[in-house]
Amino acid sequence: MQFMLLFSRQGKLRLQKWYVPLSDKEKKKITRELVQTVLARKPKMCSFLEWRDLKIVYKRYASLYFCCAVEDQDNELITLEIIHRYVELLDKYFGSVCELDIIFNFEKAYFILDEFLLGGEVQETSKKNVLKAIEQADLLQEEAETPRSVLEEIGLT
Amino acid sequence: MSDIVEKTLTALPGLFLQNQLTGGAAAAKAPFSSRLGGLVRGITALTSKHEEEKLIQQELSSLKVTVAAPTTTLKMMKECMVRLIYCEMLGYDASFGYIHAIKLAQQGNLLEKRVGYLAVSLFLHENHELLLLLVNTVVKDLQSTNLIEVCMALTVVSQIFPREMIPAVLPLIEDKLQHSKEIIRRKAVLALYKFHLIAPNQVQHIHIKFRKALCDRDVGVMAASLHIYLRMIKENSSSYKDLTGSFVTILKQVVGGKLPVDFNYHSVPAPWLQIQLLRILGLLGKDDQRTSELMYDVLDESLRRAELNHNVTYAILFECVHTIYSIYPKSELLEKAARCIGKFVLSPKINLKYLGLKALTYVIQQDPSLALQHQMTIIECLDHPDPIIKRETLELLYRITNAQNITVIVQKMLEYLHQSKEEYIIVNLVGKIAELAEKYAPDNAWFIQTMNAVFSVGGDVMQPDIPNNFLRLLAEGFDDETEDQQLRLYAVQSYLNLLDVENAFYPQRFLQVMSWVLGEYAYLLDKETPEEVIAKLYKLLMNSAISSETRAWLIAAVTKLMPQAHSSTIVETLIQEFTVSLDTCMRQHAFELKHLRENVELMKNVLPVDKSCEGMVVDASLSFLDGFVAEELNHGAAPYKPHHQRQEEKLAQEKVLNFEPYGLSFSSSGFTGRQSPAGISLGSDTSGNSAETGLKETNSLKLEGIKKLWGKEGYLPKKENTATDEVEAQPISQDSVIMENVDQIITKRDQPPALTQSKEEKAKQLLASSLFVGLGSESTINLLGKADTISHKFRRKPKVKEIKSGEITSAHTMASSSFNSLSNEEDYYLDTLQDRGDKELKKLSFNSELLDSESFTELHMVEKLSNCNLSASSLFADNNLEIFHPSQSTAVSVANEVSLASSLLEEPTEHMHSDLMEVCNNETISVSSYKIWKNDCLLMVWSVANKSGSELKNAMLEITSEENLKVTEQVECCLPIIEAESTKNFQCSVQMEQPFTEGILSGIINYQMMDSHSVQLEFSVALSLLDFIRPLKISTEDFGKLWLSFANDVKQNIKMSESQAALPSALKTLQQKLRLHIVDIIGNEGLLACQLLPSIPCLLHFRVHADGLALWFRSSCSTLPDYLLYQCQKVMGES
Repeated sequence: MQFMLLFSRQGKLRLQKWYVPLSDKEKKKITRELVQTVLARKPKMCSFLEWRDLKIVYKRYASLYFCCAVEDQDNELITLEIIHRYVELLDKYFGSVCELDIIFNFEKAYFILDEFLLGGEVQETSKKNVLKAIEQADLLQEEAETPRSVLEEIGLT
Repeated sequence: MSDIVEKTLTALPGLFLQNQLTGGAAAAKAPFSSRLGGLVRGITALTSKHEEEKLIQQELSSLKVTVAAPTTTLKMMKECMVRLIYCEMLGYDASFGYIHAIKLAQQGNLLEKRVGYLAVSLFLHENHELLLLLVNTVVKDLQSTNLIEVCMALTVVSQIFPREMIPAVLPLIEDKLQHSKEIIRRKAVLALYKFHLIAPNQVQHIHIKFRKALCDRDVGVMAASLHIYLRMIKENSSSYKDLTGSFVTILKQVVGGKLPVDFNYHSVPAPWLQIQLLRILGLLGKDDQRTSELMYDVLDESLRRAELNHNVTYAILFECVHTIYSIYPKSELLEKAARCIGKFVLSPKINLKYLGLKALTYVIQQDPSLALQHQMTIIECLDHPDPIIKRETLELLYRITNAQNITVIVQKMLEYLHQSKEEYIIVNLVGKIAELAEKYAPDNAWFIQTMNAVFSVGGDVMQPDIPNNFLRLLAEGFDDETEDQQLRLYAVQSYLNLLDVENAFYPQRFLQVMSWVLGEYAYLLDKETPEEVIAKLYKLLMNSAISSETRAWLIAAVTKLMPQAHSSTIVETLIQEFTVSLDTCMRQHAFELKHLRENVELMKNVLPVDKSCEGMVVDASLSFLDGFVAEELNHGAAPYKPHHQRQEEKLAQEKVLNFEPYGLSFSSSGFTGRQSPAGISLGSDTSGNSAETGLKETNSLKLEGIKKLWGKEGYLPKKENTATDEVEAQPISQDSVIMENVDQIITKRDQPPALTQSKEEKAKQLLASSLFVGLGSESTINLLGKADTISHKFRRKPKVKEIKSGEITSAHTMASSSFNSLSNEEDYYLDTLQDRGDKELKKLSFNSELLDSESFTELHMVEKLSNCNLSASSLFADNNLEIFHPSQSTAVSVANEVSLASSLLEEPTEHMHSDLMEVCNNETISVSSYKIWKNDCLLMVWSVANKSGSELKNAMLEITSEENLKVTEQVECCLPIIEAESTKNFQCSVQMEQPFTEGILSGIINYQMMDSHSVQLEFSVALSLLDFIRPLKISTEDFGKLWLSFANDVKQNIKMSESQAALPSALKTLQQKLRLHIVDIIGNEGLLACQLLPSIPCLLHFRVHADGLALWFRSSCSTLPDYLLYQCQKVMGES
């Protein structure tokens, strides 16, 4: 996979993950062009797009578009399932996920993505294992967080 | 599940309000990011883009202050980082925070570190210079006893890591392969996969450990190792054939549901794993019957098991079909796969239909009957509202095009072309149409009209080789001279008509094509006089919308037409107009035109009618300027620096920090080496500013055959020779009748109201019959099978020219005549012959004492680079342009003179040497030099000539060198007396101490005149790396051994057009221009070897793939591969 973008129906970027080294300028250009093209497509149309020399696979979940760029010889259908599995993971983690969860906790969404896809390849397909990894990290996070926030509340920091 | 998501998400607007009021689930989960929450809400509340920008800029400047403040705690820093990521996602520059992200990853506690690492991976790319600062942190975390820290470090390494720092972490990561936790092992494998992608040789030694990972008891680790295997097998499948059994067993287990249920996805067992394995099997079984037989069973089972009606089963089915068509065919499986494709094509789901079409495009050449089976669906898809479906259908039609259905298919493509706006699509489609038109055009008129459409639509975005090829086609013609003339005449007439249209707009490239054709072939016209044509060109010239490049083409055309015109008032005005033009280029052209007009004889020589294909003798080395150059240099002008040297210097200036571990590296930047989504090959812009140069460019479009992505060559049964005649005999007139009907019907269809349903159906039927003509079950195979070979209507003429060379020794003549008789066909044969010729020459040279067999046979390939004067090598000149070596004979005579004059010199003539070049002179003395490329060193010969009538005293020649050059064996170069009008020679051998691209050897000559005042002259000679490169003759075994023993390597992909990248031509270029020795050729891979004098070997492995060359250099010297790669890119770029 070359990159993954999440954007809203209004064209606002919600998440971006680039697996190929590109300059910021190029990233912006690609994002702009793709968001425009995908949003212009009608609902009944095919989920795949040929764009430059890449294949774009996108799917809309409510107000959010999930959009992946893969190489031409990659399997489009399984890419579609990658998107779906990611949504499932988000859903399980946040408990019926909505766009706001992703907006306000986008770093969590990134953590989940990094446990699922690494360097553009599927790292772990077992839902249980992915979530286990995230929870372990989160657990430490909470341990570290609790005493601090207490301190903070009483104004000691 | 997805339904739930959908529902939740649709209720979003309401939820949003709720969230704001109650804090909501989302906000509650993240108390620490409340400031982010504030920012997000703030932005959402805004209405205009301008306000948003203001808010973010405010936010950014406050963040900038916060992150820089010493009082900021790491916890606050973490929170700032999140907001920075958010701002950057919205498209604002937050680069001031990058360094703080690295610090956070370094200093923070676990959760701060986590955010720090995340920010780093989002902010930076793998070539970012700040990334180096992360290396220490990563090393520390990899050694941590805390699992989470190790995980985080591995995660970041698998995403971005500086290539040159890999050795720092590699042993640590290798250790992790034995870690007790599977998550660590899995991530370690993926980190190594990343390393394999960016620096394959660095992980080569751990291949054995990959095998262990493949056998890991944890499914996740095993699955991760498949990524590496897929990549390695893609690069070279033959070394992994022994693993086929293992992959088959794993796939069997997966398909049989033997994995833990966790890995099920919608009750399908581990689909990702299945697909990965199917891909690997497809690569392993390609062209290999024995390996393929191992997998038939499991493929059959996969097909059978994938019956659930869910997207993911279709994904597996699709991959299965792909694999079945890739490996050695088995009819039973093929049948099942074909049925499967049918399921896709006929599916009402649009995604599946698309994939069905995609599968068809791949398999259609193997199995054309499938196209017939689905012809009605294909016709429907041709008018599908979704342009993607339409496009895929056209792609399919493109692959079944033959001489009979070309007109209909091209018409459909043109229709689509007129509707598209996206540049990439236009470029792509225009190329295809041009290719088909060249191959199958039914007649001249159609061809020219189609190309007109191509040029008007494709215009200035298309690949430059389309117009170049077209012009070459016109110019070179075919076998039939009258046919050629008719085609040219038709083109001329059609362009004149186009130019008559008022207010018509044509792209610049099209106008350039027109002006070239009019300039060359307007003489064929009966009615219109050259004056009229010139008048039209003049009108265009005065048009302000014309680019200056096109103007140059136009004026070149006028120049060509001028001798044919009787009166030339327009030309006169034109000259007057442009001699005062502000455009210097135009002014130059106008002056040339003026001078040519005054000198009719010269004009006829320079611009002969209809001789565009004849080679012109050109003094390519511009030797007539040597005197001028020397004079200018003497007067203190700066010496000429070649393009690459200038770039190098520029680069050295621009680069503030050099992160490369050694020297200057021209390779290895991940940007170029790896595919990026923006990496559209733009092709080289070859349009020169004169028609002549434009024509000589021979970047050819994919002319031969259509790329087969799927399937096995030679699968098509080849027994149909008997059937051929029948098919050929089928009356074509019948088809054309159908086509005419269809055309009418299509035009009728444009008037919608009058048509009834049944008529539409009929129209489709008719369209089908015209589209799929020639695909009938019996006739198909041979029609398609030989389509690529037979019906190239516009076939290229062989390019190789006969050699006319007078002064060849008898041995040469024999050799070259044997070449000629054999090699008059195509470049390809030439290449295969090279070896044979090589041997032949060897044999001959044994007989002939004239030749030094060793040095000659090896070096005679190195022709162009060296302007060598062994005439046999001009055989390998594949240019139309014959290069004339002006100083050839003089060099020989000088060389002879040299050897006679000075007994100190070894006979230089038996080695290759360069032309004699004057390096400095004044009125009394002249110093010239030439290089002799001896097998063991570079010999510089200096010849000092006293031009004056009196003798010179105490002459002294001193050669100094740059630090990386060493001058040895310097002979006595102090001469008490140089007699009047005599020449003295000196020689010295030069060694390269350290590789470089270009070095300077400078010298001083001192002498005293009769009147005893002393004169000193300085001079310098440029030496290139290639002067020190010699072929290294080793066997394949030795190559293998050396290869493994070398630590320094460089890998690079070079994008090239298909024809350029063909193995033979690439090999030839490397052999000739870089003096590489071809060790072996295996399939589409080549092994080459050379050495840098005195004895630093360098090996090159290269492989040809679809869109370029994969080069891989290895050497014992760390910098040599980089320099060679650079040279290689240069010569490949030139060729």
